[in-house]
Amino acid sequence: MELSGSEIIIQFLKDEGVEYIFGYPGGAVLHIYDALEKQNDVMHILVRHEQGATHAADGFARATGKPGVCLVTSGPGATNAVTGIATAYMDSIPLVVLTGQVPSHAIGTDAFQEVDAVGVTRACVKHNFLVKDLNKLAETLKKAFYVATTGRPGPVVVDIPKDITAPHIKIPYEYPATVDMRSYNPTFRGHPRQIKRAVELLLSAKRPMVYTGGGVILDGAHEELRQLVRKLGYPMTQTLMGLGAYPGTDPLFIGMLGMHGTYEANMAMHECDVLLCIGARFDDRITGVTSKFCPYAQIIHVDIDPSSISKTVSADIPIVGPAKQVIGEMLKAIDKTDSEIDKPALDSWWKRIKSWQSQDSFAYEKKKDLIQPQEAVEELYRVTNGEAFITSDVGQHQMYAAQFYHFDEPRRWINSGGLGTMGFGLPAAMGVKLAFPERDVACITGEGSIQMCIQELSTCKQYDLPVKIINLNNRYLGMVRQWQEFFYEKRYSHVYMDSLPDFVKLSEAYGHVGIRVDKPGDLNDAMVEAFRLKDRTVFLDIITDQEANVYPMISNGKAHNEMDISPLQQARQAELKKKGELV
Amino acid sequence: MRHIISLLVENEAGALSRISGLFSARGYNIESLTVAETEDPSLSRMTITTTGSDRIIEQITKQLHKLIDVVKLQDITEGNYIEREMMFVKVKAEGEPQRSEVKRLSDIFRARIIDVTDTTFCIELTGSGDKLDAYIKAMHENNIVEVVRSGSMGILRGERALTL
Repeated sequence: MELSGSEIIIQFLKDEGVEYIFGYPGGAVLHIYDALEKQNDVMHILVRHEQGATHAADGFARATGKPGVCLVTSGPGATNAVTGIATAYMDSIPLVVLTGQVPSHAIGTDAFQEVDAVGVTRACVKHNFLVKDLNKLAETLKKAFYVATTGRPGPVVVDIPKDITAPHIKIPYEYPATVDMRSYNPTFRGHPRQIKRAVELLLSAKRPMVYTGGGVILDGAHEELRQLVRKLGYPMTQTLMGLGAYPGTDPLFIGMLGMHGTYEANMAMHECDVLLCIGARFDDRITGVTSKFCPYAQIIHVDIDPSSISKTVSADIPIVGPAKQVIGEMLKAIDKTDSEIDKPALDSWWKRIKSWQSQDSFAYEKKKDLIQPQEAVEELYRVTNGEAFITSDVGQHQMYAAQFYHFDEPRRWINSGGLGTMGFGLPAAMGVKLAFPERDVACITGEGSIQMCIQELSTCKQYDLPVKIINLNNRYLGMVRQWQEFFYEKRYSHVYMDSLPDFVKLSEAYGHVGIRVDKPGDLNDAMVEAFRLKDRTVFLDIITDQEANVYPMISNGKAHNEMDISPLQQARQAELKKKGELV
Repeated sequence: MRHIISLLVENEAGALSRISGLFSARGYNIESLTVAETEDPSLSRMTITTTGSDRIIEQITKQLHKLIDVVKLQDITEGNYIEREMMFVKVKAEGEPQRSEVKRLSDIFRARIIDVTDTTFCIELTGSGDKLDAYIKAMHENNIVEVVRSGSMGILRGERALTL
């Protein structure tokens, strides 16, 4: 089969099983877009900004586990995509981003729409390629997909000069089914002796704790994780990225940990004597100050990426390997060993954890006339039976979503955890909805974040992507305002958004349904209506309490046992102390 | 602690910038970096000297290893190794006794004079970094016109080798 470079790209994507690509045309990719137009197997979604393309592909990838694919033009097309690429990089999401480039002979001449895309993206990709030879195009694309999806996944950029895609130059094409890269050999098995040591340590624990992250979801290891945790009966916590791998409603799950995690999860981290970490990377939002992190614990760290191990926190038993395989081996090792769990110690450990749990650290006070952001998320949870795919932007609403929407399944909670990219939620929701058209998809956002990629409402219209936008509108950049309240003596510097658009009219202008809710009593009706309108994109503009804060909170430089609790919880504790009921 | 890390990397455009970019992005030190094609033209050999605590060196080697272009690497300072650096020094040599003094000093250091003019000598010297430092120190500062140092290269002693 003789094909041009453009045809090779499209044929390769078909052969690779790619259904959707998200993109935006331009001069350097015109040949590719012409080839796209001549076929029906790969569907192209025309976004309204290249950042939207990368986030949509990212959302698709997070929800399905398949790589997301983007196509953008050179210069500004590539630079607009950078934020989305960096977002995927920080959360280890497999993306393949094809960027057009000026013709080979023009590279380096400051040609129109020229930017060194390989140079610009170097710091935020797993790897990138510049295709210099048409004969290596197919092989390079294969390498890109292979690198993006294996080992610790991540985004890969393939920069393709326009002359490589010229329609009149045709070469023989064959799908490269396999790939050989001598310099890239991801680990496929954890070390058996380390796994055995880890299991012995785990069984010897008096106050064990399991802490898991996004790596479990990325590797599809949730079933194994559930078996392991249930077999041990140990308390477990998950990071923001890990939510859903272990069911959020299961009693062994004691809530998310970290800066805005539950009191009990953070206290248990602080006091545990053995910590099993799987697929998480001891991020600063998780650990608090590292010098006071898990002071009594011996740490087992399972990760596919050796550089994640002992990066910020030293591991006593490091295990480099894929979560699924390693947990599988741990399960076998537990069955084989004669060592047993110290039941009495575990019972008293659970008692202690239950006493922390009884404090109900997420508690908040409802008001008659003012919607609390938490109750909006709780209402959403009820109306969707906890089964929706939830994407989010970044800020207070993201934390409320993580705290109050209890994810029982993996890949349902889709947010930018590592980079913290505002503007992620709506385009990501489009990617999810494309992958799961029959499922409810909601984007929990705020009036600040939503405006960073609001142009994608237009894409929702063009491709009939009826996502539901849950806008927690407090007229403030809430998380920044919260920090200014706590740490800058309430000097609210540039966090109030004056002149907000009328979101209801704006949604209507885009051809969607807009509903404003400002009374707690109207929340249920509005949400029910939003989800009843199956085939419409609905923008719920929920006017919330302006100065609600996210609690509890570990401030900068503090340890897990130094959480700030909400005023409500403080008052409750004072009362309990008075009664002598507080341990 | 000072470490010498030897790498075999794909001989491709961009490999060097990925490696140097890693050091700057993560705030690691580079004392010197040398690179050249090997006998296998698809590979480059790179020698990086760097400093840092054990923990940082561990991260540096892991992060380097993670780069797709890096085929193999070794911290040769963990073993028994030989280190050399090469230097050219251009010095003023205007009449006697200056010319004889430079010549004598160079003999002591086993340096070679490789270019001569009426007013200058160019000297080639190979050795450890300390030896090169000592030569420069011994040479009168005002005499030195120009110094070019290659940066360190290293190799393991004995049968151990960094090869594919």
